[in-house]
Amino acid sequence: MTLHKTLPGEDTYTPSERRIARERHRRARTRRATAIAAASTLVTGAVLFLLITGSPGWDRTRETFFSPDYARIALPQVLEGLWLNLRLLAVCGSAVLAFGLLLAVARTLRGPVFFPVRALATAYTDFFRGLPLIICLLMVVFGVPALRLEGVTTDPVLLGGAALVLTYSAYVAEVFRAGIESVHPSQRAAARSLGLSSGKTLRFVVLPQAVRRVVPPLLNDLVSLQKDTGLVSIAGAVDAVYAAQIIASKDFNYTPYVVAGLVFVALTIPMTRFTDWVTARMDRRRAQGGIV
Amino acid sequence: MHLANRSLVTAVCSATVLCAALAGCAPQPEEKRKDEASGRSGASAGACAPGGLATQVPGKLTVGTDKPAYAPWFSDDEPSNGKGFESAVAYAVAKQLGYGRDAVVWQHVPFNSAFAPGAKKFDFDINQVSISESRRKAVAFSSGYYDVRQAVVALKSSKAAGAKSVADLRKVRLGAQVGTTSLEFINDLVKPETEPAVYQRNDFAKSALKNGQVDAIVVDLPTAFYITGAEVPEAKVVGQFPDSPDNPEQFGLVLDKESTLTPCVSGAVDALRKDGTLAALEKEWLSDAVDAPVLK
Repeated sequence: MTLHKTLPGEDTYTPSERRIARERHRRARTRRATAIAAASTLVTGAVLFLLITGSPGWDRTRETFFSPDYARIALPQVLEGLWLNLRLLAVCGSAVLAFGLLLAVARTLRGPVFFPVRALATAYTDFFRGLPLIICLLMVVFGVPALRLEGVTTDPVLLGGAALVLTYSAYVAEVFRAGIESVHPSQRAAARSLGLSSGKTLRFVVLPQAVRRVVPPLLNDLVSLQKDTGLVSIAGAVDAVYAAQIIASKDFNYTPYVVAGLVFVALTIPMTRFTDWVTARMDRRRAQGGIV
Repeated sequence: MHLANRSLVTAVCSATVLCAALAGCAPQPEEKRKDEASGRSGASAGACAPGGLATQVPGKLTVGTDKPAYAPWFSDDEPSNGKGFESAVAYAVAKQLGYGRDAVVWQHVPFNSAFAPGAKKFDFDINQVSISESRRKAVAFSSGYYDVRQAVVALKSSKAAGAKSVADLRKVRLGAQVGTTSLEFINDLVKPETEPAVYQRNDFAKSALKNGQVDAIVVDLPTAFYITGAEVPEAKVVGQFPDSPDNPEQFGLVLDKESTLTPCVSGAVDALRKDGTLAALEKEWLSDAVDAPVLK
């Protein structure tokens, strides 16, 4: 401990007996708490392990869910499918953010002349936020090609991606709108009184504050989108989960599902930590009284 | 010190509660199994006694299948009407085992959960499940009740419609339903240049076929004839895949791996094959599945 370090030219400080005793007591208490927590965790773990491995159906469960052979077969195909999930996440994620922001701005425009724009944006968010994603996907993926329009793709991945953007931008638009409306009216008033136009007020004063406030819920939606990208498999494209299902139903073994599940968890954890980091960084900035 | 004691007590208490809770739920299956075993030993005295098997519900035979139940295997999505090949086979097997029409109870069992380990709710499942060695590790199969062949269906206007051989199919976009041997035929026999599209249901595969999202789909032969005959008239059966003579593909009834009913059900299926019942049912329900050119 470097607690009582003395610097040259400074008063020497000697802690009192009472203080030393108190610190010693605290350290002992911390050690004790850690030891109890560790022991308790160990006991719980051991009990869980023994109970699960000792259960009557364990051998078959292990063979069906945790077979190393099937894990080896499944992993390359699951990873190949994951590549589709990742591409969809990147493209749809960007499109959703851009479109969602546009919708939110359209919905918060002032002035009677913008009424049709506001009404359209409101109708859009109401409709697509309420429509179950799977139905939206089926309609777009099988319904659009059935129209037999010239020049419109029949590629299930492109169509599925479009359906994801339709639904998710409605969610994200509401998140953005909440952010925009959370900016205090005095900010807008101040900006206008400084001579900024309505558009510039939105761009330089309102949106920067609004977007920063809604970053955590946005990342939440992104994690959700990451998992839902797999739903495009309804149209025949093979994503990570579907690759697992193909193997699982061929050989009647669930191990590929476990592999796919772990792959997704491994992907989500860094994203969650990133969300935490962004939130913490923003809180620090706000606390310092930096840029608003 | 008070605080420390309390945390110790809390830890011990929670560990105890956890143990008790887990111990409380763990042995249940064991007890249930014992019950079942004793029930079985009673039944095994008169092995396969008519109407006296150790079924899930005593006196009833619970038969599982997926929903929707497709034609021509079932009719009108109603397994209990006795119409359609598999419905008829199920009732024939039940009769052979000593269960009358009234004693058969149908249950909706999704394909994906038919092979889950753990207690089953059905006595056997009939759902066009092909018998394979790897599947035998997870479930038990009865003897095969139907020799199945795989066929290719394409729109008459599609480039796949003129295919004469397996090699001709290599350059087209193929689709099949997940978990079917149709998909294995595509991957193992055709080895197409573009990844096959895999659908959750044959309904989706049919939509994709109609929309031109795939050039052809692979299904079993009776389904192929049903699709071209009743559902997508603008499509035709391009041909059927050659059967491997040493390892013909067969549909079997699915039973729990530990089910004691397996020998009895197999015996019933064998008897139905021997006395010609299966052939007659095939003729009745799958009669138009006769001549499709074999793809070389």
